[in-house]
Formats: sequence, C-alpha cells, structure tokens
Amino acid sequence: MDNSRRSFLKIAGVSALGLGGVSGLSAMIPGPVIAEQGTSAPLYKDTQKALTAGRWGMVVDTRKLSRSLCEKMVAACHKAHNVPDHDHERHTIKWIWTDGFEHIFPGKDDEYLPERLNNLPILSLCNQCNNPPCVQACPTKATFQREDGIVMMDFHRCIGCRFCMAACPYGSRSFNFRDPRPAIDEENPDFPTRMKGVVEKCNFCAERLAEGKMPACVEVSEGALVFGDLEDPKSEIRKVLRENYAIRRKQSLGTNPSVYYII
Amino acid sequence: MYDKGKIILGLILFFVVFTFPFWYNHGAATQTPEPELTKKAKQAENCVEDTSYMRTEHMQILDDWRDITVRDGKRLYVNKSGKEYMASLSNTCMDCHSNKADFCDKCHNYASVDPYCWDCHKYPEENE
Repeated sequence: MDNSRRSFLKIAGVSALGLGGVSGLSAMIPGPVIAEQGTSAPLYKDTQKALTAGRWGMVVDTRKLSRSLCEKMVAACHKAHNVPDHDHERHTIKWIWTDGFEHIFPGKDDEYLPERLNNLPILSLCNQCNNPPCVQACPTKATFQREDGIVMMDFHRCIGCRFCMAACPYGSRSFNFRDPRPAIDEENPDFPTRMKGVVEKCNFCAERLAEGKMPACVEVSEGALVFGDLEDPKSEIRKVLRENYAIRRKQSLGTNPSVYYII
Repeated sequence: MYDKGKIILGLILFFVVFTFPFWYNHGAATQTPEPELTKKAKQAENCVEDTSYMRTEHMQILDDWRDITVRDGKRLYVNKSGKEYMASLSNTCMDCHSNKADFCDKCHNYASVDPYCWDCHKYPEENE
C-alpha cells in the first residue's frame, strides 16, 4: 500500500462527513409512530364496594380480650390467609398471635402490675407503621406502603433476603423456610398461598377491604377490636381513641404504629 | 496436503454429527397444540379481550393485573369495550378456563415455558 498520510486523512474526512450526514438525515425523518390501540384503552378501577380510608388503624381493647377469643381471632385470620401450621417451632408462620404483656410492651412491665395483665394474652399483629422500617429495608420494594397506610407485601417481588425481618422491631414478619402448602389444612381458594423463600405478614386484610368487608380478625372479635380510618375525626376508631387512653408499642422508636392498645 | 484422507473423513464425520438433530427429527414435527375450551369458555364467546389479542398478550395482561391489583389496589379491569372484570387469575381466568392441563399446560409445555403462577395460586381441580 502506498497511501500517504495525506490521502488517508482525506478519505477519513470524507467518510466521517458521509456518516454524519446520514445520521443527521435519519434524525430528521420521523421514527415509526406507535399505533394507538383503539380509543378506549383498558383501565383499572377500585371495586365499587371497596372500603377506603386516609389511614387505616386498629384499636385493641385488652379489657375485652380472653384466651378463647384470641384463639378464635388468630384462627380466623390464619384460615383466611392460608397461613401454614408447621409443627417445628422455628418454622412458625404467624400473621397474628398472642404474647404476654412483658413481651408486647417491654419496659412497661412492673412489679405492681394489675393481676389481670400478668396472665392476659395480648393480641399482636403487624403495626402497619406510618414510618415503616421494613419498607426502608426492602431492597426490591416488595414491601411497600399503600396510600391508605397499609404496609403490604408483594410476594411476587420478595427475594427472601429477610432484611425486613431484621428491621421490624415487633417481630411481625415470618419467613417461609419450608414449602407452606403441605402444612395448610384447608386451602382458601380466594387467597394465594406463598412459596418457600418469601417473607409474609399481616396485610390488614387489604383483599377483604377491597370487597367491602372488615378484616377477618375484627369480624370475629366481639368488639375487642375496632378498625377504622384514623384520619377521619368522625370515625368510630377516633371516637374510641378520644374516650380512652390508648398506648402503642415501642413508640419511642418513631415507627408511628397504627395499632393502639387500651390497657 | 498431508493427511488428506483423515481430514476429509473428519470433516464428514463432524458434519454428520453436527447436523444430527436436524435430519434425525426431520418430518417428525409434532402438531402445534390447540388449547381446549371448556363449555363455559365457549358459551362466554369473548375472553376479557378478543381471542387474537389474548393469544399474544395474555402474559402481559396477567403481569399488569398482578402489579396493579397488588401495588395500586385496583382490582377491577375495564376492557376495551367497557366491560368490567375482577383482575384475578384464580377467580376470573380459572373460572372459565378451569382445565389447566388442556388449556394452559398444553401450549406452555410445547413452547417450553414454565410460569410459576401455580406455586402460590390455586387452580381448580380437574374433574373431567
């Protein structure tokens, strides 16, 4: 080849111009227009019966709790949500459960606590915090907070890293170490089960609220649980909170729980 | 050219082995499966959208359904002609298409697709 530097530069310059011209031209030609699919595209709506709120909350009236009532509420929830009943304690899945006063309210335990509180099983569930640490911890946004305050799991997205379980100060979350399906007595066809390797917790019965029903535990609570809109001053829950002094769990952590307890 | 015979023989052998799947399976192609419709599905005539659209886009619809119902809480799907459906795989789709083996699995197996819906969602037991 006897190309000199001069002729090489000439060719390079001309081809660069040519390329530039082509891409410049193609920028001026409009690209393919994405066809509109009809005029009325499909859309999604709330169901008509759906119960809505600014921020859902719950009041647990411990004065009305009893062991048998708690068992009934736990059973109703776990049946509605296909919560498995594993025989191994370490594999336990729980959405709602009971524990002693000293565990539910650590630091509020006292030598001279009323006798009633010493033996009373206190109902515990996800606090549906308004400043939820689990949501901040979740790397895939599988746990998220809805506009109505419900902290919910999108099981499709959960990768089972369990950061949320470490972040939750209430132990409200359970991990499926085993396939839950064999441990479910009677599967409720209206609610999916989970699979091995995902975290689950109470969802304030978001699926029942969409159908206009109260949460499963509230329905069988015989008045021990009050469920309603915390942002609506006229709601029953606000009335109950106005008339009674109620406390929340580990309030000093700043998670701002939506579950109140009347002691 | 050294070892001409060996090289040519090697090339022929390579060619035969390499193309083995093609000529071995030639003419043995199975028929494209047709999903079977239940009586209820036939009576309904229309799925949530028209058949050709469902055929190509059902996976997209299901993906949208699951995101929008779970994350946005909107559980009602209004199709292009204005009809409303609950956006639910187990309760809406499987209500008509209650024959998972003959409706879903048939094509999915053929296309070697393995959706994991059924790890959690329930499908109706097949009685037929």
